[in-house]
Amino acid sequence: MIQYIIRRLMYTIPLLLGVNILTFFLFFVVNTPDDMARMQLGQKHVTEQAVSKWKIDHGYDLPLFINSEKGSFNKITETIFYQKSIKLFVFQFGISDSGRNIGADIKQRMWPSLAVALPSLLIGLLVNILAALLMVLFRQSYLEFWGLVACVVIMSISALFYIIGGQFLFSKLLKLVPISGFGSGVDALKFLILPVVISVVSGLGSGGRWYRALFIEEVEKDYVVTARAKGLSETQVLFRHVLGNAMIPILTGVVVVLPLLFMGSLIMESFFSIPGLGSYTIDAINRQDFAIVRSMVFLGSVLYILGLLLTDICYTLVDPRVKLL
Amino acid sequence: MFSVSCKRWLLLIHCLLLSSCNDAMLNNPYPAKEDKQSILYSSFSERPKHLDPAVSYSSNEYAIIGQIYEPLLQYHYLKRPYQLVPLTAAKMPEITYLIEDQSGVLIKTHVEPEKVRFTDYMIEIKPGIRFQPHPALAKGKDYFYHNLQVEDLIDIATITDFEHSGTREVVAEDYVYQIKRLVHPKIHSPIAELMKEYIVGLKEFSKIGKIQDPIVFRAQNISGVEVIDKYHFRVRIYGKYPQFIFWLSMPFFSPMPWEADVFYGQDGLADKNISLDWFPIGSGAYMLSENNPNRQMVLSKNPYFHLERYPNSGEPGDFESGLLADAGKSLPFIDKVIYVLEKETIPYWNKFLQGYYDASGVASDSFDQAIQFMGDGKAALTPALQEKEIRLQTAVTTSISYLGFNMIDSVVGGRSDQARKLRQAISIIIDYEEYIAIFMNGRGVPAQGLLPPGIFGYEPGAQGLNPYVYDWHDGYHRKSMATAKRLLSEAGFKGGIDPSTQEALVLYLDTAASGPDDRARLNWYRKQFSKLGLQLVIRATDYNRFQQKIRSGNAQLFLWGWNADYPDPENFFFLLYGPHSKIKTGGENAANYQNVVYDRLFEEMRNLANGPARLEKIHQLQEIIRYDAPWVLGFYPKSYSLIHKWYQNLKPNLMANNKLKYTRIDSDYRARQRQLWNRPLWWPMVLLIGVGSILLWPAVVIYRRRKKAVINAR
Repeated sequence: MIQYIIRRLMYTIPLLLGVNILTFFLFFVVNTPDDMARMQLGQKHVTEQAVSKWKIDHGYDLPLFINSEKGSFNKITETIFYQKSIKLFVFQFGISDSGRNIGADIKQRMWPSLAVALPSLLIGLLVNILAALLMVLFRQSYLEFWGLVACVVIMSISALFYIIGGQFLFSKLLKLVPISGFGSGVDALKFLILPVVISVVSGLGSGGRWYRALFIEEVEKDYVVTARAKGLSETQVLFRHVLGNAMIPILTGVVVVLPLLFMGSLIMESFFSIPGLGSYTIDAINRQDFAIVRSMVFLGSVLYILGLLLTDICYTLVDPRVKLL
Repeated sequence: MFSVSCKRWLLLIHCLLLSSCNDAMLNNPYPAKEDKQSILYSSFSERPKHLDPAVSYSSNEYAIIGQIYEPLLQYHYLKRPYQLVPLTAAKMPEITYLIEDQSGVLIKTHVEPEKVRFTDYMIEIKPGIRFQPHPALAKGKDYFYHNLQVEDLIDIATITDFEHSGTREVVAEDYVYQIKRLVHPKIHSPIAELMKEYIVGLKEFSKIGKIQDPIVFRAQNISGVEVIDKYHFRVRIYGKYPQFIFWLSMPFFSPMPWEADVFYGQDGLADKNISLDWFPIGSGAYMLSENNPNRQMVLSKNPYFHLERYPNSGEPGDFESGLLADAGKSLPFIDKVIYVLEKETIPYWNKFLQGYYDASGVASDSFDQAIQFMGDGKAALTPALQEKEIRLQTAVTTSISYLGFNMIDSVVGGRSDQARKLRQAISIIIDYEEYIAIFMNGRGVPAQGLLPPGIFGYEPGAQGLNPYVYDWHDGYHRKSMATAKRLLSEAGFKGGIDPSTQEALVLYLDTAASGPDDRARLNWYRKQFSKLGLQLVIRATDYNRFQQKIRSGNAQLFLWGWNADYPDPENFFFLLYGPHSKIKTGGENAANYQNVVYDRLFEEMRNLANGPARLEKIHQLQEIIRYDAPWVLGFYPKSYSLIHKWYQNLKPNLMANNKLKYTRIDSDYRARQRQLWNRPLWWPMVLLIGVGSILLWPAVVIYRRRKKAVINAR
């Protein structure tokens, strides 16, 4: 397995390089270094001299990919792409175009993102599995039918509606939780209740249906018939046997998103003023801060690859028949 | 068994209902201990880019640094028209004009002659002003933190982690040092190029190269800026530039201790985001005690703030409206200002209604909830807001929105009769009254000239009429469609037909627009042009592309605006001054308008003091612009502010950046009102749980039935 992990980690290098080239290309197709300079320097009294000075100071006065004026290896190294990308591979994100240390900002902002995303994932998982198991328990009854209808309805409504509706109902009308904001330590709890509840409710539709499908597939298998024949109650069959055997697909879905929890949720963070990484990325795109954009895309790619690797490892832990070669 | 369980449920419900009568505000986003403190709560949606006074130039940055840094002059808080008064200067600068005598020797004169070679500003600053406490100024025998090593920074995460802080008196050299910083190659001040044209020796000073060591940099001199003694310095500028005095009221000209650059320039601090751009060091009423642009920024009272008193006089009506109740009292009144990150308008609005923000603007989403128009067309608050004793303040901003013509364009540009009449026809048919009603909820005033209200030279009523677009009959009335059609016909485009193609004349409008709201707005413009049979092609793009088109002269028609830097007519008329042409010099004349007479009048007007002679020049300039129509004069936007009753001493002042020190919060009253408005409601939750339980009952029944069926089957 060690060999497998090393091999997978080696694969990540060309993958990350490709992601970096693509990000770089897409960003500079729509933005020139001049645009970035003007965005940073403001709107009034911006002269050409000021723009060129900014570019020199921030290293955007070099060619993008190839520096034809330089010789040999410098053709590659004396370019914006090389200068701005190479340090990412050792996780040195550098200074943003507006002058802040990106690494320090990421360290600070990943915790609020995680504070919302982790309870949302865990509680959501629990609620989804429970709802799915109940639907399986009451299968072929009108309860299952209406449960499925409710899932479809929940799925059909935009996440934005849940957020605005939730804020209106719980914060404005009932006045039970703050509408938005964030606090440190225990103070953060009151700000997290509503976003977590909304995340769980809005994910219940798709999650409930997905897990129901998994359990329905399991419930028809021979070992379930045997378990019933042994005289186990339906709840024992479902919660002990069916749930255990459906863990592989559940794990696949969960582990792969675990690293991405750090990256935060854009809409949720924006509406609840949670200072996480989701809003950090979007702010950077709006401000045309390439340094932050490439760092966040790079980090997202690394975490996603890590998530896939973790999933593969988890397979071997859950199902001893699976071997990683 | 059942009865015990039932009793427990009843007890729980009882507790919940009781707690609904409790005074705890569960939706309070702030710690309860802050309830009765004199704290102003405001917000920011985007973190400021810069807080260095040499670099900051946008309104959201000024909202913060305006309270921290103190330039030499400030705008009187209450008096109108806007009036500059000394802030850290002991008196208004002494202005001396230097002329050359016949032998070429410079001689001083206090009158304003025609041929001025240089102007000297002799400035005296108040003694005893001190900088806020800051580690850069912490000093024993030597400075504590001017020689930091890597190990010293291990436990430092933010500026407040330094154990010691110090202060010192603000001296003339601090102002001179800041002027030097304006052209430091690493600092990128937006006014560096502009000031090089005016301040004697600044251009030469900027060529000394990148001096990294602040102590060496400090030792360099600008030939036109001289420290006379501890409290006096002199700035010499080329020729006459009366508007220079307005720049002296902006944060660019605040004192900066050289120690700040020494401190922040040390290795390792920037990696922790500890820089002058994020942790200012000023002498103003407030200091930035917490700067977490990812969550909140906090301004606290500067313990070393010098004595400054609330104005004793204002304009008529200020006394009656209570604005002079604090006359002569020591400033500031508010202890702390907390700016909270709030990205969306809906949560902000709801928190304002709950009393958790002290003031709010009026976003379009909430406009109908807040404002209603009375029979006489005046805006008033809706009953719901009146019930909360919220006040509405409106003010016409010192800005203008316009539709510009590129004057070098072959169809709409140039000063031929044909092109001018086409522009005049277009000016008539774009119905900005309708635009303001539809897209701005009435928050604007159609422009009759270049100057908005509040700027010297603005004239209301018939005197300020644009006779080429409006008629005066007890009010402004846009000229008829027939007039526009006649002008179009005289321009050679009868019925909107281009004789060269025998099809509708196609015009191209460039604008920076991308959102769905913009689509309706741009369709409206298309509809206006179609009234004359003209076809308008919209070329909407992002702001960068738009600017690029304007810079290269590739736009034909374009939508843009201007927000005044200072309340002087020069700051508007320069937008059409020939030598400032965008395509030739990259200046602010985006229409590339060239008119020798206009340029001459502008040069004469800008050097005159406000008075009849200047007003006459302004009349002539306005007439030229109205006749030549290089812009369709759009509208002056109006700002609407909603203020809670407990937020006092607030008067719209569109020029002052340091208004917070004058305002006051009645925190006891606010605490009572918040309590009243935010009692939690529990019974709907209890009801919800009850209904949920009832709905679960069929599940229980089915489960029991199935279980019984299985047992029976066995």
